[in-house]
Amino acid sequence: MNELLQIKNLHVVYQTDEETVYAVNGVDLNLSEGETLGLVGETGAGKTTLALSILNILPPKVGKITEGSILFEGEELVGANEKLIREIQGNKIAMIFQDPMTSLNPLLTIEDQIGEALLLHRKELSKDEISQRVEEMLKMVGIPPERKKEYPHQFSGGMKQRVVIAISLACEPKLLLADEPTTALDVTIQAQVLHMMNQLKKELKTAMILITHDLGVVAEICEKVGIMYAGEIIEVGSLEDIFKGKDHHPYTKGLFGSIPDLNSDVSRLSPIDGLMPDPSALPEGCKFHPRCPNCWEMCKTTVPEYVDLGNGHKIRCHLFGNQNGGGGI
Amino acid sequence: MLKFIGKRLLMMIPVLIGISFIIFAIMSLTPGDPARLILGEYVEDEAIQAMRDELGLNDPFFQRYFDYMAGLIHGDFGVSWVSDLPVLEEIGSRIPTTLTLAFIATAIMTIVGVPLGIVSAVKQYSFLDTLCVFSAFILASVPSFWLGLLLVLLFSLTLNILPATGVDSWQNFILPCITLASVMMASLLRMTRSSMLEVVRQDYIRTARAKGADEKRVIFHHAIRNALLPVVTLVGLNFGNLMGGTIIIENVFAMPGLGTLILNSLYVKNTPVVMGGILFIAVCISIVNLLIDITYSFIDPRVRDRLKG
Repeated sequence: MNELLQIKNLHVVYQTDEETVYAVNGVDLNLSEGETLGLVGETGAGKTTLALSILNILPPKVGKITEGSILFEGEELVGANEKLIREIQGNKIAMIFQDPMTSLNPLLTIEDQIGEALLLHRKELSKDEISQRVEEMLKMVGIPPERKKEYPHQFSGGMKQRVVIAISLACEPKLLLADEPTTALDVTIQAQVLHMMNQLKKELKTAMILITHDLGVVAEICEKVGIMYAGEIIEVGSLEDIFKGKDHHPYTKGLFGSIPDLNSDVSRLSPIDGLMPDPSALPEGCKFHPRCPNCWEMCKTTVPEYVDLGNGHKIRCHLFGNQNGGGGI
Repeated sequence: MLKFIGKRLLMMIPVLIGISFIIFAIMSLTPGDPARLILGEYVEDEAIQAMRDELGLNDPFFQRYFDYMAGLIHGDFGVSWVSDLPVLEEIGSRIPTTLTLAFIATAIMTIVGVPLGIVSAVKQYSFLDTLCVFSAFILASVPSFWLGLLLVLLFSLTLNILPATGVDSWQNFILPCITLASVMMASLLRMTRSSMLEVVRQDYIRTARAKGADEKRVIFHHAIRNALLPVVTLVGLNFGNLMGGTIIIENVFAMPGLGTLILNSLYVKNTPVVMGGILFIAVCISIVNLLIDITYSFIDPRVRDRLKG
């Protein structure tokens, strides 16, 4: 399979007058065409920031890529000129935003908003053709096309989310960044939306990065999983590796360990002790070491490199690899 | 829509009745005898009594109020106690000056303040932005009469290119309108700027950028309409304020406007003129508020739906 997206050593900061927040700290990521990656992690782990960086819509003036490279179809996006970026935005890479309530412009009809990407990227289309395409998109996401002249406030939350999805798919992007597309929805609508996204993935052969903190959702539609912690992808591998494999980063273990088991009788949940570090003052060495049950001296001083356990299952932890000493698991 | 407008026009009636009662009560129940004030200190008591009888001041308060309101319903605003001219005529002669001042000042502040506010927000922290914010800060802090006097000093007395007082030609309106506009323009600029800054941080602006819209399209197609909602309100309120609030500027430039008429009538408790003038201003403000709401419904589909429902 062809590599669609290659991210190398990406660093992103949010810089304000008061502080510098280190949101993404050296992320490596590869994605092939048509592949779906689930990006899992706590709130504030840098998942959304990573997606915004790929699409080049970090908050202006505040968000900055300080280091690293993002190759999309072999073209460098970091520091690329505006023309190239605009050509890719909404056309080859599109994003489904987290909150459908605020992601739509309240003063424009949904036809206007779905058709906008087409208007910008498919200059050869006439007004009628765009309008026709908008109707097709609405049908695809299960909204009656007659409603295209309506405004966002006339739709329910679930329908707004479908509109947001229709917007992102209008130009049939090669890569879809779905930022918690189901978090704002109730469970029945969630199932509908997931089913629909699965369908679309098959129909349009779109590669997808699905950001979520719901491991169930990941198990349902992803082939690859990345676990993110404090701005780093600390473990990445196939769905099989992450869900069934035996070697894991201690954080991944904690994450899975915190899911309550329906079959055993426990009186308390088992969370990971401690809190995620303040991203404006990250710890030295491995970012997880203050909370890690397997922490040893090296973890406090040296940032671990990726260790490949074969088949693309990579872990960023001193417990693995060739270093001498250490506990092992 | 028509139903909404009709409803709002009907709602004006209780508002106007309330205002008329309050103003009439203040005029009648506060100390000071209009007859004495109009005729002066050194007049025989008999003359005062005769005048009180003539003006109906000896009648009970409620009877006087209902007499006045009965006249009002028949379109009779009464006669000025001072000049004996019909109130409508007195007010009518002042309206063009005040309306011209209010309209032109509102136009100037909108045409200058709103675009500068938008540019200022789009180019936040640039030199232009700093300049705009700083000038707005200065203008908002300056008392308007002082600014008016300075403008007269410069353009009338030193450069001698514009008249300082009167209402004889259109040139007379330039300085007062600029004076009135500049103070309100400052607040309008800052409101537009902050509203715009607020809007460009919204999620839907990010959505627009994610679609590949360039800066121009983001600002003109997505941001401006959203940012203008509070600005429309402020423009309307300012216009309403200008209808009655130009007294100081009318005095500085010696322009016979509505504000001056009401103030002078207040000094001698010339009740019919005060009532007529204030009711006229109240009607104007009500209509402007209605216009604001209608404008809103054109900009915002959510408001449009609410008006339908």
